[in-house]
Amino acid sequence: MKQIAIIDYNAGNIRSVLFALERLGVEPILTRDADVLNAADKIIFPGVGEAGTTMNYLKETGLADLIRNYRKPFLGICLGLQLMCKHSEEGDTECLGIFDLSVVKFPGDMGLKVPHMGWNTVDGNGHELFKGLETDPYFYFVHSYYAELSDVTIGQSNYGLPFTSVLANDNYMATQFHPEKSGLQGEILLKNFINI
Amino acid sequence: MVAKRIIPCLDVKDGRTVKGVNFKSLRDAGDPVALGKLYSEQGADELVFLDISATLEKRKTLAALARSVAKEINIPFTIGGGITSVEDIAIALENGADKVAINSAAVRRPELIADAANAYGSQCIVLAVDAKNIDGQWWVHTAGGTKPTDIELFSWVRRAEANGAGEILFTSMDHDGTKQGFAIEALAEMNEFLTIPLIASGGAGQKEHFKELFDRDAADAALAASIFHFGEIPVPTLKTYLKQNNITVR
Repeated sequence: MKQIAIIDYNAGNIRSVLFALERLGVEPILTRDADVLNAADKIIFPGVGEAGTTMNYLKETGLADLIRNYRKPFLGICLGLQLMCKHSEEGDTECLGIFDLSVVKFPGDMGLKVPHMGWNTVDGNGHELFKGLETDPYFYFVHSYYAELSDVTIGQSNYGLPFTSVLANDNYMATQFHPEKSGLQGEILLKNFINI
Repeated sequence: MVAKRIIPCLDVKDGRTVKGVNFKSLRDAGDPVALGKLYSEQGADELVFLDISATLEKRKTLAALARSVAKEINIPFTIGGGITSVEDIAIALENGADKVAINSAAVRRPELIADAANAYGSQCIVLAVDAKNIDGQWWVHTAGGTKPTDIELFSWVRRAEANGAGEILFTSMDHDGTKQGFAIEALAEMNEFLTIPLIASGGAGQKEHFKELFDRDAADAALAASIFHFGEIPVPTLKTYLKQNNITVR
């Protein structure tokens, strides 16, 4: 069976990702060990937290370079997606630069609450991550910053303005929402990633 | 567009889900793990698990129970009841919570909200507040509604928001368990000035109560217990009704 590793760092909801994969019959390894991560067939990079602090941690531990050089399927979630971009307005942080785009804060003057919290729909293209999903599926979001639309955007959502909810380029994929908390549609998306 | 959320709440005591009226007269409502799994499968948008046990010793066994619930559900999970420190939050997260609800401890020590938000992010911290309307003003009560305070509700939620709370869960003690509808006026007023999501709790008895709440834009989410536990209004029935009435739900 293929080995899936979850990058273990001080992100709040790692346990949720672990439980979600276990429900799908996968026994993931939770690790920050470079050898174990490099040997894994796939990596999931979850994230809840602050961009600057997390990015510093990734640099200090060498995980930043490991992520940049990984060539097997890789899935970033939430802050994971944002850190895979080039720059985040949160703490004016230089990020991993896997996706050449910027992360900015939702404007406070849209008359909408920030963070964008709750269930919203995703308009996805034909990427294999979306296989078997219903039309305009709902996913669970919690975030104050968003990635702008770009040519590597494969799914987009709307919260006062259109933003990137799913990115993909080569082996790298990322979702702004939490598939591990998004009911059946989230399970299907995770299963699609497992089967890539 | 963000959907309005429907949130079943499990009040758990001695390993069982219980439900009372006006915070008293508890009656048994079933196995928390089975209920949690059912709600998750039925399309509930989140699940709240409130530990209402009396003693510290019983709390420890409940952490294991919360973990069993977390393993079975695929929707956001909030654990509350007896959270008094950043360490308690760490334990809840370790047991599968995505968020924690802090109530009495925040009243005793308001800086707990800021400490918790700094440690785990605002998205993780729900300020739960129980209040009662006395002569036209809402007063915060602690310890499961048993202790009145001299803290006024609106100023309290503003302060919690400023301290970094990510959501407010407001339970009207006057409405809880009565099934006569939510505390719409107070909720609408709070939802107007709050910049973080507001969850309405207490008073849901009919589908129309949810419609009224969302039509008034008085909350982002609605929490209820007995109507779901006792099968009076199943989650799918409620959601179908809201959709038919042009309210955006998942």
